[in-house]
Amino acid sequence: MAPLAPRTGDAVFANVERVNAELFTLTYGAIVRQLLTDLEEVEEVNKQLDQMGYNIGVRLIDEFLAKSGVSSCVDFRETADVIAKVGFKMFLGVTASVTNWDAEGTSCSLVLDDNPLVDFVELPDTCQGLYYCNILSGVIRGALEMVSMKTEVTWIRDMLHGDDAYELRVKLLKQVPEEYPYKDDE
Amino acid sequence: MVSLSAFAFLFSELVQYNQTRVDNIAELERRLEDAGYAVGARVLELLCHREKGNRRETRLLGILSFVHSTVWKVLFGKVADSLEKGTEHEDEYMISEKELLVNRFISIPKDMGTFNCGAFVAGIVKVRMGYDLAVFHWLFVTSISSNWPKLNKLLFLEKGVLDGAGFPAVVTAHFVPVEGQHRPRTTILIKFAEEVLQREARLG
Repeated sequence: MAPLAPRTGDAVFANVERVNAELFTLTYGAIVRQLLTDLEEVEEVNKQLDQMGYNIGVRLIDEFLAKSGVSSCVDFRETADVIAKVGFKMFLGVTASVTNWDAEGTSCSLVLDDNPLVDFVELPDTCQGLYYCNILSGVIRGALEMVSMKTEVTWIRDMLHGDDAYELRVKLLKQVPEEYPYKDDE
Repeated sequence: MVSLSAFAFLFSELVQYNQTRVDNIAELERRLEDAGYAVGARVLELLCHREKGNRRETRLLGILSFVHSTVWKVLFGKVADSLEKGTEHEDEYMISEKELLVNRFISIPKDMGTFNCGAFVAGIVKVRMGYDLAVFHWLFVTSISSNWPKLNKLLFLEKGVLDGAGFPAVVTAHFVPVEGQHRPRTTILIKFAEEVLQREARLG
């Protein structure tokens, strides 16, 4: 079967099965609440959310590649664009924008104005250190690792902490080229 | 709207995380029930605010119909397949669903026995029906039409809805094999508490 031509985020999202966003949002809330009850320390919860996100990311990348028709990106700039425009759209129904590139082109910000994970959410005083959406940073890190990019993903802005948007900083640490198990000329 | 797979991935992590925190299936179901319960309570708030104004259901069939239609539609985009009264017990009702959302993408290993992910939805229903003492088992029968046994997660979502609305119940989810169908249906059984039936009788 011939590979799909690359499709826009909207086109892919229109073609996948969708569910009520509130069910999704409330289920995520239930997960965070469970973690807070079990782990108590906000830092531990942040770590666990990141880990869960990582677990999701390593599986999500397959579905992403299969459904979006995106083939290998030329450089990290393209990668970031694809995540923001196609990746976020096809799973969360929202797009992100890519900003604040550094000089080497290895680090950028993904900015989300709209975030289905956080509808109806307010952080109580006791949880001010919580990165509520930390699952997202894990998802990105996990997915990129599966396509040979080691990254570091951190939160710069968080609306639950009073900022005006959600901003994730994605930094490419290392690109590990794919190793083939055999050499052609042997 | 979000993609089904986003929800599926999330739900899968919820289950896997809880598996690490328990020693047995009953505890796992309990934890899923609690998670669903929390969701159900909020779904009830949202729905009451949006759709029903300040009107509360006071009759049994009213609340059952509310769950079967309104709640189901909001959560799953469709009304439940059917609503039946149990023949053996006065206090039992069953909502049938051909393919319960949470069971579509989860397979239960044989060593997990009768574990059913519908526990999550059962929790949601319980909130709806809740009361002080009600014990209502919702049997949700959902036919699962694919070829492999699916983890039937009791949607404890449903339990949360029943409790919040004043109809306490024990709500559980079970797999029920169906003639001519490869995969079993998931039944959510709702067993109402004595108080609910007594109140119903008083209201005439």
